[in-house]
Amino acid sequence: MAIDITTYDPKNLHLPEFDILHSGHLACPGCGAALGMRLALKALGPKTMVVIPACCWAVINGPYPYEALGVPVLQVAFETAAISASGIRAALDAQGKEGITVLAWAGDGGTFDIGFQSLSGAAERNDDIIYVCYDNEAYMNTGIQRSSATPYGAWTTTTPVESPKPEPKKNMVEIMAEHRVPYTATASLAFPEDFVRKLQKAQSIRGAKFIHLWSSCPPGHKSEERYSIRIARLAVETGVFPLYEVDYGTKYTINHEPAFTDINEYLKLQGRFRHLKPYHVENMRRNIEWEWKRLRAKVEMGEKLPLPPAPVHAPVDEGEHTPPAK
Amino acid sequence: MRMVIKGNGAVAHAVRLARPQVISAYPITPQTSIIEGIASMVAEGKIDARFIKVESEHSALAGCIAAESAGARTFTATSAQGLALMHEVIHWAAGARLPIVLANVNRAMAPGWSIWTDQTDSLSQRDTGWMQVYCQSAQEVVDSVIQAYKVSERVLLPTMVILDAFFLSHTYEDVEVPEPGLVDGFLPPLDLPQKMDLEHPAALGNLVFPDRYMEFRRKMDLAHQVALGVWDEVGREWGELTGRPYGLVEQYRMDDAELVLVTAATTASTARVVIDALRDEGVAAGLLRLRVFRPFPADLIRTILADRKKVVILDRNCSFGHHGIFHQEIKSALYELPAGQQPEMHGVIAGLGGRDVTVEDLRGMLMGVWEGRITKPVTWWNVLEAKGAETGAVAMG
Repeated sequence: MAIDITTYDPKNLHLPEFDILHSGHLACPGCGAALGMRLALKALGPKTMVVIPACCWAVINGPYPYEALGVPVLQVAFETAAISASGIRAALDAQGKEGITVLAWAGDGGTFDIGFQSLSGAAERNDDIIYVCYDNEAYMNTGIQRSSATPYGAWTTTTPVESPKPEPKKNMVEIMAEHRVPYTATASLAFPEDFVRKLQKAQSIRGAKFIHLWSSCPPGHKSEERYSIRIARLAVETGVFPLYEVDYGTKYTINHEPAFTDINEYLKLQGRFRHLKPYHVENMRRNIEWEWKRLRAKVEMGEKLPLPPAPVHAPVDEGEHTPPAK
Repeated sequence: MRMVIKGNGAVAHAVRLARPQVISAYPITPQTSIIEGIASMVAEGKIDARFIKVESEHSALAGCIAAESAGARTFTATSAQGLALMHEVIHWAAGARLPIVLANVNRAMAPGWSIWTDQTDSLSQRDTGWMQVYCQSAQEVVDSVIQAYKVSERVLLPTMVILDAFFLSHTYEDVEVPEPGLVDGFLPPLDLPQKMDLEHPAALGNLVFPDRYMEFRRKMDLAHQVALGVWDEVGREWGELTGRPYGLVEQYRMDDAELVLVTAATTASTARVVIDALRDEGVAAGLLRLRVFRPFPADLIRTILADRKKVVILDRNCSFGHHGIFHQEIKSALYELPAGQQPEMHGVIAGLGGRDVTVEDLRGMLMGVWEGRITKPVTWWNVLEAKGAETGAVAMG
C-alpha cells in the first residue's frame, strides 16, 4: 500500500519494529549506509540473502568470524554484486527454494563504475534480484576518491579544491530504467517510509529491480554526524536528488514535490562544497532546473504511454518450435 | 554408449552426466561449441540446470562462485583472454574453497591475436589454488570432467580441465560416453559443509585480519596435498567402473628408458609414435605425460625420473625471462635427488600459438639431446632467426 509521504510525520513512523541489523557493526557514526541497511532489512524481512561487494559495507558487516546482519551474507569481488545476486537466484531456483529475496547491496563505485557491466547484464536478463546502490557519492571506503556518482563541484582526494569535479553526476536511475526493468526508484534516508515502501514494492515484483539510495557520509562529505538526516532531506528538498520511481522504464512518478529550498542550505552543511565559488553554485542551480525539466517531461511522456504489452505465450498444443536452419 | 564427438562435445556430454545445477558461461573461440552444446542440452531438458548467459567471462565465473556458495553444483568454460579476464575471480573461487569445475581450451594469448593452442593461458593461473588436469584425448576429457567434480567436492578446491585448442577441442574421436546411472553411482549430489543458508545465517568471504589469513591459506595448501591421493584414488575407482584407470601422470615405455620426454596434452599422442620408432632403432626412449599438474606430483615425478640419463621437457608455454613452466617445475622436483641420480635436463619450447609439433620435431629434439647436439638448458624449437633481437629492442619481423 502506498504511503503518502507528503503527510509524513516523523513522530509516527510506520516501520516494522524488528531489527535484523545487530549492534556492534563497524560503521562510522552518522553513516547513511548503516541506517539504509537497517531499514532495508526491516522492509525485506529475514528471508533475505545479501550480496556485498567491496564497499564500506564489506567492512561494516564485521571481520571474520563475526557478522552484524542476521541473514546470510556473501561478500564478493568489487564488480560482481549483480551477477552474484543472479547466481544465488539461479542456485535457489535450481534447488526449488522459493520465497527468498536476493538483495545486492553496493556502493556507488561498485554500481556506477566498476560493477556497471555486470549490473547491466543482470538487468538485461531481468534476473529476479533487488539491487540497492547506497550512494555516498565517492569511493569512501578507500578514502574519498571521485566516482562517476560524485556531483559537480565536489571536493574529493582526487578532485582537490583547486580542481573540483567538473562533470555532473551520472544519472544511474534513468540508465537502469532504460533497461526496461520492471522497477527503478530513488530513495532517501530522510524519507524512510518511502524507502521501505519501495523495497516492499520491489520485493513484490519478479524481475530486476534497482533502487538508488542517497546516503550521507560524515567523513566523506565533511559533515557533522548529527546532520546526516538533515542533509539527506535537504538533498531532496533542494531538488538535487528527486524522489521518484519508474515502472518498466515508462511510467515516471515523482514521490515528493520538493520545496526547492535554496541549494546553499544543502551545500553549507558539507565541507566538500566549502571551496565553491558563486559560479559553481549557479551552475548547480541551472543543472537542477534542467534535470527537473527533463524529469517532468518524462513524467508527462509516461502518462501518455501504456506499460509494456502483456506477453503472448505459445499455445499449449503448439509447443514445438522449429530451430533455425544451420 | 560410443559416440564420435569432438573434444568440446566430450566436455558437454561430461557436464550433462555430472548434473550441474547452474551453468554460467560466455562464448570465446575455441571454447564456444562447449557452451553451444550445453545450451542445447539445457533447452532440450537433457540437463536440468539454470544457464546464466552472462555478459563477460568475469561474470561467468562470478556467477558460478555465487551459485556454488548457495549450494548448487556449477560449471563454466573459457579460453585464453576469457580465462585472463576471470583471473581475479579465479583466485576468489579457490580462496572461497568452492569445488567449481571449469573447462579451459588452451589458446595462445594476444597480441597478436591467436586462436590456436598454447598453454600459457592456463599455466598463468598456476598459483591461484586451482587444480589443473591436462587432457590428451576426448575420452580423457569426458573421464576427467566427471572425476574433477568428485575430487573437487572431496577436497573443496576448484578444478580446471584443460584441452588443446583445435587439436583436441575440434577433433572428432571415438569416445565411450558413460551411462547416466554409472556416473550417478560414482558422483553423489553436492553437499557443501558451508553455504548460504537462512537457517544458519553467516557471512562468507568477509574481512580477515592478519591473525587468521595465513590459516585459511595453509588449509588450501594442505587440501592440495590431500588431493594428490584423492586424484589417484578416484582415477583407480573410475578404472574399476569403466576399464579406464587414470593416474597423476602417464608413463609410456618407461621401464628401462634412459631418454625421457616429459610433456602434456595432445603432444603426448604424437610422442608415443616417436618413442616407438626410437625403440625400434635401439634407443631406450620413454614418455612421461603430465596429467594432474596442480596439485603437482613432485615426489612421484622425482621417483620416476631418478637415474634416467637424459630428460627432455617440452613446454608449449613460456615464463618469459626464465624457462618453460613444466621445465621449471620438473627441475624443482628433481633438486632433491642426489647428484648421482640427477638426469641431464633440457627444456624445449615449441608449438606456441598453435604451431604444429610433428613427429619429426619430437624426433629432432630427442635425438639432438641424446646425441649431445643440444646442450643449452632451454631451446626455442623451430623458430626463425631472431634478427637484431640481441639489442632487446626488436619486437617484430
